Amino acid sequence: MTRIDASDAAADTLVGGPRRGRVRRPGVPLPLLLPALVGLAFLLLPLVALLVRAPWHTLPDQLTSAEVWQALRLSLVSATAATAVSLVLGVPLAWLLARTDFPGRGFVRALVTLPLVLPPVVGGVALLLALGRNGVVGRWLDSWFGITLPFTTAGVVVAEAFVAMPFLVISVEGTLRAADPRYEEAATTLGASRFTAFRRVTLPLIAPGVAAGAVLAWARALGEFGATITFAGNFPGRTQTMPLAVYLALQNDPAAAIALSLVLLAVSIAVLAGLRDRWMTAS
Amino acid sequence: MTRSARRTRRTLLAAGAGAAALLALSACSSSSGSSGSGSGTKADSSASAKPSGTVTVFAAASLKESFTTLGKQFEKEHPGTKVSFNFGGSDILAASITGGAPADVFAAASPKTMAIVTDKKDTATSPVTFVRNQLEIATLPGNPDKVSSLKDLTKSGLKVVLCDKTVPCGAAAQKALATSGLKLTPVSYEQDVKSALTKVELKEADAAVVYRTDVRAAGDKVQGVQFPESAEAVNDYPIALLKDAPNAEAAKAFIALVTSAEGRKVLTEAGFLQP
Repeated sequence: MTRIDASDAAADTLVGGPRRGRVRRPGVPLPLLLPALVGLAFLLLPLVALLVRAPWHTLPDQLTSAEVWQALRLSLVSATAATAVSLVLGVPLAWLLARTDFPGRGFVRALVTLPLVLPPVVGGVALLLALGRNGVVGRWLDSWFGITLPFTTAGVVVAEAFVAMPFLVISVEGTLRAADPRYEEAATTLGASRFTAFRRVTLPLIAPGVAAGAVLAWARALGEFGATITFAGNFPGRTQTMPLAVYLALQNDPAAAIALSLVLLAVSIAVLAGLRDRWMTAS
Repeated sequence: MTRSARRTRRTLLAAGAGAAALLALSACSSSSGSSGSGSGTKADSSASAKPSGTVTVFAAASLKESFTTLGKQFEKEHPGTKVSFNFGGSDILAASITGGAPADVFAAASPKTMAIVTDKKDTATSPVTFVRNQLEIATLPGNPDKVSSLKDLTKSGLKVVLCDKTVPCGAAAQKALATSGLKLTPVSYEQDVKSALTKVELKEADAAVVYRTDVRAAGDKVQGVQFPESAEAVNDYPIALLKDAPNAEAAKAFIALVTSAEGRKVLTEAGFLQP
């Protein structure tokens, strides 16, 4: 109870909560309003154009083709699998970065966020060189276990997880740093092991942050193109996700590309809208 | 809560700012590439028959090696000129020309992609076929899987990549397969001929069906295997002067070089066939 009060007070001073009303009353200054509106238009205009130019009358035909559903299903399945991989590996990684101290931690954190700024195609090339049939690690996977990742659905998941996991790690690490470590300490003094404390105390505490990170990662995985086409190739039903289908449709059938883009847009909006409440709590 | 949330936000902001800076940079570099063509307009309006200024050539990715050589030759023969290339997938290039990209010459890898431009009446002269390209199988160096025909590619366990049907090399491959009545399931339909070849160069795939010119350009990183069915699926490469060419005079001279005996020699050496 007392903690909640304290954190509320702290948040107020940080954001200037009580004064917020007074600041807003004089109206928005024009030098801020104008670029803000231009920015809004810039972000929304392409999406509006997509709706305006959509081939609405042929849309039902475009969307009922088996290939579209194949690509959409593969996109949803692989993005979900990539998010699961990110959760299993990313949450412990975030915990390591937030709760332990080791030399070079700042450097490790920078490396973890690297895929955020790395061009996805570069990520795909790097994955090929690491996990490809002739790759640094992939060579052994192939000769010992007979596993080759390129050109497989598993390869799609790997490529998507590589690009999406940093979003989850960043989000969870931020939440972990905000969460009061004294609860865990209390749990351990009461006899819980550190892992039990993590499982029973920390994890429920940071659940909203984990959820927000998972949504971010899922959305990123759903839209992933560069690393996927470079690492996993393009085969309908196996590695052809929606973004790949859109890109290739654009080469000779722009109408189909627009139709496919609309589906992806609708799915993305639905997910963000559906998880908005949780998202809000987390941020 | 707020502090670390802010830090996260700051990281994201920094990432965003970095991405924006990169975008701005790449925009700069691409605009500087075409800005030279503006000076060509001036030279052109002075009504001198001698080519000068920058000539901007949009050409299919498969022409990269030979056109680069020809460009250097052109600059040497016509001092004061500069040839600026934009190599890429023919479809993408055609789309950017009809979208208003400032180009003087367009060389496409198929009549179909050239038609995108001629349909919009964006060409000043009718396209001329200047070379033809034939398919070849690219295998790993030494041909460890002993591929000697198109049929060998259907062997189970062999990882083959093809170009997607939407791009010229994929359309040609499908035609060759259809002619021979073979059914081939590749591991991937790649988005262009170079990425199909790359998969073999990296040894991720055992074979790819690509152009003869690409096999030759790759040197000893891959080994080429010719197959008779490729004669049924030869791609014609048309070249044309564009309607709103900023530097039409120099563009005409460049097309003349490409279609001359000298140009033919360079293109034949690269593996192209004569029309």
